[in-house]
Amino acid sequence: MADQSEAEVLTAAREWKAAGHRVALATVVKTWGSSPRPAGSHLAVRDDSFFLGSVSGGCVEGRVVEEALGVMQTGEPKLVEFGVSNDEAWEVGLACGGRVEIFVEALE
Amino acid sequence: MKGEVLAEVLDAIAAKRPIVLATNLESGEQRLLGPGDGETDEERVHVSTALRLDRPVTTEADAGPRRFYQPFNPPLRMVLVGAVHIAQPLSVMATLAGYEVTIVDPRTAFAAAERFPGVTLNLSWPDEALESLDLDARCAVVTLTHDPKLDDPALGVALESDAFFIGCLGSKKTHATRLKRLRKAGFADAELERIRGPVGLPIGSRSPSEIAVSVLAQVIESLRKP
Repeated sequence: MADQSEAEVLTAAREWKAAGHRVALATVVKTWGSSPRPAGSHLAVRDDSFFLGSVSGGCVEGRVVEEALGVMQTGEPKLVEFGVSNDEAWEVGLACGGRVEIFVEALE
Repeated sequence: MKGEVLAEVLDAIAAKRPIVLATNLESGEQRLLGPGDGETDEERVHVSTALRLDRPVTTEADAGPRRFYQPFNPPLRMVLVGAVHIAQPLSVMATLAGYEVTIVDPRTAFAAAERFPGVTLNLSWPDEALESLDLDARCAVVTLTHDPKLDDPALGVALESDAFFIGCLGSKKTHATRLKRLRKAGFADAELERIRGPVGLPIGSRSPSEIAVSVLAQVIESLRKP
């Protein structure tokens, strides 16, 4: 179901990598309550902060891009969680009150 | 993610081959698994569940490292046998719902491109047409002609396939005689139970568009609430 648009995001990631960029992929791995994007949704991030796809309705993408840039540096994958139960809820909480866990990894 | 893993995922999507990307959420290590693959019985269940429901499976920490099984499935397809009136709204609605629609009808007066703008038409005899479509577990087949000459050959091929949905338009009486014919042709009752007939959820549909809604709703139900 998500195949088409997710395939486009993954294809872009591969093309950026082939063009010499550093690239990271963020994937929604778990959601709680109402959250705008289901598990399996991708955000592809390039080293110049350009990104494609989505892991929320736009609520946490900014933070995920920051995490992705960090992961490109370290090469170490990372799990990050956003949502109302998070201390950062005030800053980057999901308006819908849901929680989302995102796996961020560098494309090697 | 390793570049080779991403390339393999994209190749599988392009080839319409179902595949599952298994990620160890602690180490980041990744493997690709096909239907039936898995190191343990538990893993095989996760793989088949993810593919069947077209939804990732995330395991929790109590069973070793947390793992994420993401399915990449071939596109959903719907094959309509009979380029009849109902096929017009149904092909449009199914396309909106994400299905690649093919309408099969060897009768050129019915399967006219003007009647089905933008829809793939196959004018071969239904058994030949369905064989060439290489039906898989992401396919729904709905016969709409009421004509045994056209419906039955299509059903013969659909019943031999992994199609997740097989439905037949027609009254209960028509359906009973259809089942009788198929039994005679050698299909067992267990196989024939796969057929939804009369096709469609009972929502009191009257017009072709309303019948299309009830058929599509039943297809979606069968995919999402198996």
